[in-house]
Amino acid sequence: MEIFGIPLQAFMSQLMLGLVNGCFYAVLSLGLAVIFGMLNIINFAHGAMYMAGAFFAWMGLTYWGIGYWWSLLLVPLAVGLVGVIIERTMLQWLYQLDHLYGLLLTFGLALMIEGAFRYFYGASGLPYSIPEELGGAINLGFMFLPKYRAWVVAVSLVVCLATWFVIEKTRLGAYLRAATENPRLTQAFGINVPLMVMLTYGFGVALAGLAGVLAAPAYAVSPLMGSNLIIVVFAVVVIGGMGSIMGSIITGLSLGVIEGLTKVFYAEASSTVVFVIMVIVLMIRPAGLFGKEK
Amino acid sequence: MNNSKKNHIALAVAAAFGLAGGLAQAQVSDNVVRIGVLTDMSGAYSDLAGGGSVLATQMAVDDFKAKNKVPFAIEVVSADHQNKGDISSNKAREWFDREKVDVVTDLVTTSTALAVMKVAKEKNKIALISGAASTRITNEDCNDVTVHWTYDTYAVANGTAKAVVKQGGKTWFFLTADYAFGQSLEKDATDVVNANGGKVLGAVRHPFPGSDFSSFLLKAQSSGAQVIGLANAGTDTTNSIKQAAEFGITPKQSLAGLLMFITDIHSLGLATTQTMYLTEAFYWDRNDETRAWSKRFFDKQRKMPTMVQAGLYSATMHYLNAVKAANSDDTQKVMVAMKKTPVNDFFAKNGVIREDGRMVHDMYLMQVKKPDESKYPWDYYNVRQTIPAAEAFQPLSASKCSLVKK
Repeated sequence: MEIFGIPLQAFMSQLMLGLVNGCFYAVLSLGLAVIFGMLNIINFAHGAMYMAGAFFAWMGLTYWGIGYWWSLLLVPLAVGLVGVIIERTMLQWLYQLDHLYGLLLTFGLALMIEGAFRYFYGASGLPYSIPEELGGAINLGFMFLPKYRAWVVAVSLVVCLATWFVIEKTRLGAYLRAATENPRLTQAFGINVPLMVMLTYGFGVALAGLAGVLAAPAYAVSPLMGSNLIIVVFAVVVIGGMGSIMGSIITGLSLGVIEGLTKVFYAEASSTVVFVIMVIVLMIRPAGLFGKEK
Repeated sequence: MNNSKKNHIALAVAAAFGLAGGLAQAQVSDNVVRIGVLTDMSGAYSDLAGGGSVLATQMAVDDFKAKNKVPFAIEVVSADHQNKGDISSNKAREWFDREKVDVVTDLVTTSTALAVMKVAKEKNKIALISGAASTRITNEDCNDVTVHWTYDTYAVANGTAKAVVKQGGKTWFFLTADYAFGQSLEKDATDVVNANGGKVLGAVRHPFPGSDFSSFLLKAQSSGAQVIGLANAGTDTTNSIKQAAEFGITPKQSLAGLLMFITDIHSLGLATTQTMYLTEAFYWDRNDETRAWSKRFFDKQRKMPTMVQAGLYSATMHYLNAVKAANSDDTQKVMVAMKKTPVNDFFAKNGVIREDGRMVHDMYLMQVKKPDESKYPWDYYNVRQTIPAAEAFQPLSASKCSLVKK
């Protein structure tokens, strides 16, 4: 059986791979969306945090013998802590100003962080092997899916849905949304708004750190890995609608799949297709697919 | 109005002073040989060239000074070209015009090399290329002030592809970086595969730079080819190799990295790269001479040198010897002296600079060691074969360079 001249087997396997990549997009764009939605900061340091996550995992293993499973827990905490420090010392002074200030600050931070890692570890990347428990592959009938990639899909989906649930459906999420809508009134009700904002930023970049740990065994751990990805992730957020949680999850996954299919039909266009879609979406729905017009 | 007039006068005065300053410097400059290392200091190729290239150049200068009493000073300047052609040509112009640089070296990535060669020709200065790969440098775009020192796409494709076909890898599928360098590498390797009785089943071109190659690799897998030829470089190559192992493509099908450096092997580790073939111009652990130099390099850089860095030392030393022999830094005189003298050092034995600017020397076919064969840090290769200079590079008879008389 064939679909558009492509054997079904090849078609299904590319679809699967697209989904795996989509998971990385979803986790990263989710963090960006949370930060933008709650803090109004366009966090250009997100790619650098993702890269730092992968590096922290590598450093943990190399210097202190901390394995993959502990890294999965500890690295997001460490990256989140870095985020909290950045928020307290720099970002908190910028909330009242134009978006451009936050963008420039985080962009500068990203360049500095990347530069520092490049200085100490070089540009060609470091090895990080797949944990033994997740080595090998599952036979899906149409392809051999490495167990590790299946794991990435599972973790990403759980994390994305849990985040959405906390923000949209719980009391804590309600406080957060209230703090975004009207900080002064929320504070008057006795809620510590600056603390919530700080933790939100920490959580957003922790998601990037988590994506970094997930990526370390699949890609080379390199200082450039964040900047290669971040532009696509921004496009995902723009298409999904700035600040929309569910929007960025769904868009991340579906753009991964669309990109995967492009690789089947016309590989040369696979790095551009996301941006073509962005242009079309912006022309038809300027607020993004899931965004609300203000 | 009055103000702008004043500004104009101020500018004119400044220009006059600047000019006078320039003239005064020019007199001093006659006694200084300035070497400009223009390389990738921060991007994807900064490990295989970058700071190590600057160090290798400085080592050549220091060694030359220690051995020779010369009546002129030697200075090394360096800059980051960010792998961009326009930045490179602007910097080269500034160096030639204002800072009295006599020779620009390294030029990793083809686009920067092609751009600077043209400027060098226009300003009648020398370009010594070590890092760039394309055979265009000594073919369509050749000129008489450029020397291409270390390797090119023909030499690496020729060594590796021939060896792999002879080992029984008859059917090939290429994974190619979609830009000038990747296409040139794919073409050179295709010719070699066909000439040796192999067959190319297809190719897929991926955007540069990429991070996920699994889709492309699955295409290569479904082609059923015995060998997947990687016509890309740097992190594209290392990611392709890593993911091929993850998807169980290797070892059923084998990979041939057409352009790989020792830094790539270091980055991937031996478990992933074992038994792969690759072609290099230099390996630090080949003999006592290479070991002695490389250990000095390692002490300063904490990394073993790549062929680009070792080649740059060799090129710089040969250039300085030519300046001494010609007793001048005049471009034409130095070029004549460089072409007249064979290159004999730890990097090359009886290397010759041909009329098309290609420095021909032996190349080496390496096979990556298995993890249990590696006894000490950076012990990565078995040297399987020395490819003699006469076979290693594209023969002059096939050259498209206008300087070659036929």
